[in-house]
Amino acid sequence: MTPRAAPRFAVSPTQALALFTLLLVGAVVGLEVFGSGYLRTLAALTLINILLAVSLTMTNGFTGLFSLGHPAFMTLGAYVAVMFTYPVGRRGFAMPDLPDMIRDVALPLPAAATVGGLTAGLVAAVIGLLVLRLRTHYLAVATLGLIIVVQTLALNLDGLTRGGRGLTGIPREASLPLIALCTLLVVMLCWRIKHASIGRAMLAVRENEMAARCVGIHAFRLKMLAFVLGAALAGFGGALLPHVVSVMTPKSFGLMLSFNLVAIIVVGGQGSVIGAIVAALAISLGGEALRGLEETFQLYGITQVIVAVALIAALMWRPKGLFGLREPLVRTP
Amino acid sequence: MSDYAIQQIVNGLSLGSLYALVAIGFSLIYGVIRLVNFAHGDLMMVGAFATFGLIATDHVPWVVLPLLVLVAGFLSGGLVERLAFRSIRGAPMITGFIVTLSVSVALQNLGLILLGAQPRNFSFPAVFRERVALGGIDVAIIDLTIPAVTLLCAVLLTVFVKTTRMGIAMRAVSENTLAARLMGISINRVVLLVFGIGGALAALAGLFWGGKFGQIDPLMGFVPGLKAFVATIIGGVGSLPGAILGGYILGFAEVAFVGFLPAAYAGYRDAFVFGLLILILLVRPSGLFGSTEEERA
Amino acid sequence: MLTVEGLQVTRGRTRVLTDLTLEVGAGEIAALIGSNGAGKTTTLMALSGLLPIAQGTATLRLDGQTFDLTRADPAKLVRAGLVHCPEGRQIFTRLTIEENLRLGAFLNRDEARVRALMDEIYALFPVLRERRHEAAGGLSGGEQMMLAIGRALMGEPRLLLLDEPSLGLAPQVTERIFDTLRDLNAERGVTLLLVEQNAMMALDIAHRGFVIREGRVELAGSGRDLLEDPHVMGAYLGLSA
Ligand SMILES: Nc1ncnc2c1ncn2[C@@H]1O[C@H](COP(=O)(O)OP(=O)(O)OP(=O)(O)O)[C@@H](O)[C@H]1O
Ligand SMILES: [Mg+2]
Repeated sequence: MTPRAAPRFAVSPTQALALFTLLLVGAVVGLEVFGSGYLRTLAALTLINILLAVSLTMTNGFTGLFSLGHPAFMTLGAYVAVMFTYPVGRRGFAMPDLPDMIRDVALPLPAAATVGGLTAGLVAAVIGLLVLRLRTHYLAVATLGLIIVVQTLALNLDGLTRGGRGLTGIPREASLPLIALCTLLVVMLCWRIKHASIGRAMLAVRENEMAARCVGIHAFRLKMLAFVLGAALAGFGGALLPHVVSVMTPKSFGLMLSFNLVAIIVVGGQGSVIGAIVAALAISLGGEALRGLEETFQLYGITQVIVAVALIAALMWRPKGLFGLREPLVRTP
Repeated sequence: MSDYAIQQIVNGLSLGSLYALVAIGFSLIYGVIRLVNFAHGDLMMVGAFATFGLIATDHVPWVVLPLLVLVAGFLSGGLVERLAFRSIRGAPMITGFIVTLSVSVALQNLGLILLGAQPRNFSFPAVFRERVALGGIDVAIIDLTIPAVTLLCAVLLTVFVKTTRMGIAMRAVSENTLAARLMGISINRVVLLVFGIGGALAALAGLFWGGKFGQIDPLMGFVPGLKAFVATIIGGVGSLPGAILGGYILGFAEVAFVGFLPAAYAGYRDAFVFGLLILILLVRPSGLFGSTEEERA
Repeated sequence: MLTVEGLQVTRGRTRVLTDLTLEVGAGEIAALIGSNGAGKTTTLMALSGLLPIAQGTATLRLDGQTFDLTRADPAKLVRAGLVHCPEGRQIFTRLTIEENLRLGAFLNRDEARVRALMDEIYALFPVLRERRHEAAGGLSGGEQMMLAIGRALMGEPRLLLLDEPSLGLAPQVTERIFDTLRDLNAERGVTLLLVEQNAMMALDIAHRGFVIREGRVELAGSGRDLLEDPHVMGAYLGLSA
C-alpha cells in the first residue's frame, strides 16, 4: 500500500469507537424524544442494516472470502428466536410442531436472538467445514444455494413457520435503544477484531494466503472463524428484524437482500468498518427515499436497478470501494 | 419397466435438457474468460419473454419462432457482455462475481418494471401439449421435443467447436489467451461470440421452460441458472460434454427425488439440489468428470 | 525493414525498456542477446503489439508500405507479415497438432492455401504429420518447438520474432532448429529477429547482433564482431565458450 500523508484530523481507534457511541446515543435519544414512529422504525431498520453490513465485512472483507449467505443465516436466526418469543398462548395454533421441551419456554428478545445467532453459527461451522477449503466461486454458489435451501425448509416446515403464510403477531420487542445497543456491540466486536493481532492475521490471509501460511498463520482456521462469527452475527441481527415489523415469512430475507448487503460492503470498501457503516446508511436512507419515487411512478424495482448499476459503476471507477481496507480519519497504530 | 418409471425418465430427459442448455453457456463462458456468470440464468427469462412477445404478435409462424428466440438470446448475451462485462475482463474473480450478480439483479428488476411481477400464462400451440402413445404410455409432445432439439443443438455446437475456424479459436482462447492473440485472433470477438452462443441456448431453454411449465415471470431465471451452475460443476467446469452430462444428471436426480420419494418430500427438491451440490463439492471438487487440471485458479 | 528508436515500455510499475534502439534490415538474421531480465522478451512483446509502448518509435517497412508498431494490435501486424513465436513455445496443448497449425494461419481464409502451407510445414517437420491428430501436449519439448515454429510459419511471416527457440532443448535438437532457421532465412528470405540465451549459436548464424542490458542496447555490431568482442565473450559467452 502506498504511504499516504497523515490526515489533518485523525483519532485513535479507541477514540473513534467512543465517538461512534456518542453519535449513536445522541441519535437514539434525539429520536426517542422528538422522532415520529415512522422515523424510529426507519432508524431501527437502518441500524440493523449497519449491524449486518459490518458483520459481513468481517466475513468477506477481512479474510477475502465471498459469502452470499447472510440471508440464510438471518432466516435461521429469526425463526429460532421467534420460537422463543412468540406468545405462548398462540403457539399451539401457529407452531403445532414445536418440540415439547420448548413449548412453554419464553425468552426475552436478547436471549432469544442470542440462541438464534448461535444456531446460525453452528450451521455455518458445518457448511464452512465443507466449502471453505474450496475456491471462491464454490463458496459463492454454495452460500447462494444455502439461501434457497433454508427458504425451502422454512416453506415446508409449516408446523413451525406456518409456511408461505408466514408468522404474524410477533411481539414488537425490538425497541430502538435495544437495537442501537446490539448494533454498537457488533460494531465494537468487529472493530476490536480488526485492530487486534487476529484481525491483522485475517487481513494477511486476504492479501496473500500463501505468504500468510508461510509465516505460520493458520489460514483455514481464520477463515472459519470469520465465516462462523459473521454468520452468528447475521443470525442475531436477523432475529431482531421480525421483532420490529412483527412478521416473518420464508421470503423475508432472500437473494435481493444478499445482493444489497454485498453492494454495501463493496461500495464501502470490503474490509473497512467505517466504509460499511457509511454505505449502509447511504443505501438504507437512499433506498427509502427512492421507495417514495417507486410508489409515485409505479416503478417497482427501479431502486434495485439503480443500486445494481451504481455498484457496477463503483467497481469500474473505484474498484476498491470508497475506502478500501482503510478506516478514514482513524490513525493506524 | 413400469409406465410410471418411463414417464419419469421422459421427465428427467426434458428437465435435464433445460439445465443442459443453460449449463453449456455457463461452462463456455467460464472456460474462455474464467467468469462465473450469475446473470446467465436471467437470459432464460429474456428468452421466455421474447417467445411470449412473439407469440402475442400472432404473425410469427411456429417454425421460425425458435430461430428468432435464438437470435434474441444471442443479441442479449452479446449486449450484456459488451455493456457490463468487457470492462472488467481480467479483474479479480470477486469483482467478476459482483458485477455479474449486479447485472442479474438489474435484469430481474428491469423485467419487473417492464413486465410486471404477475406471472404470465404461456400458450404454446396445442400440438405441443398433445400426448402421444409411446411404448404403451402417454407422453406430452413437448417432453419429446425438448430433448430432441437439445440434442440437435449439442451436436451442432460440438461440430462447430471441433471443426470450424472460430470454434478452434474459441478453444485456443480458453487455453492460452496470449498465444491466441499472437495468432491474430481477436479476443473480444471470440468472447462476444461465446456470450452470444450461451445467451442463445439459454433463451431457447426459456422458450422450453415456458412451454413445459406454462408460466413465466421476471424472476424465473435465477434459480434455474444457479442449478445449471450446479450441473456445470457436476460435469466439470469448462467442459462442453461435461456441462451437457451434468445437466442430465441433475435433471434425472431431481425427477427421481420428486418422483420416487413420498409426496411429502416433493417441496424440498431445491434443497435437495443444493445439498447435492455441497456433497459433490466435498467428494469431487473438480466435478464428476472434470480433470484436476481444470482446478487451476 | 524494422526500425526501433528510443523505445520505452513499462510493465507493472517498472520501466523495463528505458531507451531501446535497433534496426534490422530486410533478409537479415538479427540476434538479441542479454542476461536474464534484460528486457529481451519485453522487446518482442512490445513489437508484436502485446504490450503498450510508452514512448519511442517502431516502424516496419515492407514492400513500400509502412506500419507503425507503437499502436497496432497483433492481428494487424500478423496481416502485415510480422509473426511472433513467443517464449516458452505457448502451443495449445489441448488442441491437436493440426489445429495448432490451422490457428497459425487464423487470418487466412483461403483454405486451399492453408492446406498447401500445412503440407510445407509437414515436409519441414515430418514428425508433425505423423502425429497430426494427437493433442499437442503429448509432444516432446523439441517437437513442441518445431510445432511452435511451424505454427508461426503458417502465418507466412516476412519478419519472424523468435524468443529463445533453444529453451530447454538438447544440443542436437537446438542445432537442428537453428539449421532450419538458417534455411528459412536463406531460402525463403524470412527476416529473423532472434532472442537467445545461447549467444554463441545465435551470433554464429546472425548477420547482426545486439547486446541489451537494463532495457537499452549496450552494444551492436555484426554477428562476427560481437562473437570476437572480449567484453561479450566474458559476459555472455562465458558458459558456451
Ligand atoms: N508481468 C510483469 N510485470 C512486471 N514486471 C515484469 C513482468 N514481466 C517481466 N517483468 C520484468 O521485466 C524485466 C525484463 O523481463 P523480460 O522477460 O523482458 O526479460 P528477458 O530479457 O526476456 O529475460 P530472460 O532471459 O530471463 O527471458 C524483468 O526485470 C522482469 O522482472
Ligand atoms: Mg525472455
